[in-house]
Amino acid sequence: MTDRVPLERKVLNENDRIAAELRARFRENGILCLNLISSPGAGKTSLLERTLGTMAPGTRVAVLTGDIQTDNDARRLARFGFPVKQITTGGTCHLDARMIERALADWKLADLDLLLIENVGNLVCPSSYDLGEAAKIVLLSAAEGDDKPLKYPSIFFRAALLVLNKIDLLEHVPFDIARARENARRIQPKIEILEVSCLTGAGLEAWHGWLDHRCQRAQMEAALPAG
Amino acid sequence: MHELGIAKSVLEAVCSEVGKRAGARVVKVGLRIGELAGVDPDALQFSFECLVKDTPLDPLPLEIEFCPRQQRCPACGHAFCVADYETSCPKCGAAPTECIGGTELEFSYLELEET
Repeated sequence: MTDRVPLERKVLNENDRIAAELRARFRENGILCLNLISSPGAGKTSLLERTLGTMAPGTRVAVLTGDIQTDNDARRLARFGFPVKQITTGGTCHLDARMIERALADWKLADLDLLLIENVGNLVCPSSYDLGEAAKIVLLSAAEGDDKPLKYPSIFFRAALLVLNKIDLLEHVPFDIARARENARRIQPKIEILEVSCLTGAGLEAWHGWLDHRCQRAQMEAALPAG
Repeated sequence: MHELGIAKSVLEAVCSEVGKRAGARVVKVGLRIGELAGVDPDALQFSFECLVKDTPLDPLPLEIEFCPRQQRCPACGHAFCVADYETSCPKCGAAPTECIGGTELEFSYLELEET
């Protein structure tokens, strides 16, 4: 005789449990944690270079960067003098909360205000895994298609911010930036959108402003009682 | 292509749930996957079959219920399935509406047999 029993359980509840613990630790320490996601080559590392490059020495920022192979990105980012750690997944197409927990084991969170996580280049898989971040940021470059939000809705739905990168290419490619914005908002009406070029520096002031605003918010939230 | 990892999480959860129920053997697993979950049901089925093969659980069918994106209108309370990415309320036209379904990546049931 068979018996059907209901089961209220998320498939990734172990990942979600670790992510919730990380989120609580980030909040306690007033750390803003951001999870950067895009397809390979959209400019995550370039945006991080631009970000670290403007930060004063002593800024309490650190970066975790995920790739399937090589520590090229960590080497690119380490030259700014801030703590950077490469997470090499050895084939796995996304970062999960346990990888973040392990990578943070020998860092003192009390020394940080901002933790930037560069996920593995992939528009699909990283969207399923909560890393304890305050916000997911999705990057889309003008070298890709403006219909990507419709093709990869899960990440655009979960992202708080869309960074449209490589706008210096707009005059050379058929990418319709108005349509890209419209498509992203069809999937997630509340998504914030910035247009930048990490090559020329265009639009990056707005990005720095967004980051400052979110950092201040994280500090304020840490000062409030939990709950 | 993270469905193999998801399938592994499904199998681990099944094993832990069955472990809590002495004398029961699992014969079917029900899952709900939303259209915004970023998980392909066919690839997950295939990965799960591969993992279960050559284990004592084999054969263990996975029944996947695909859940469309659903929204609720904060103005008039109307709940609706999203068609052609249109998330404004089809009844009163209000926007934005609130997403209430389509992100599921969860179990719905286990079918157990007494041993």
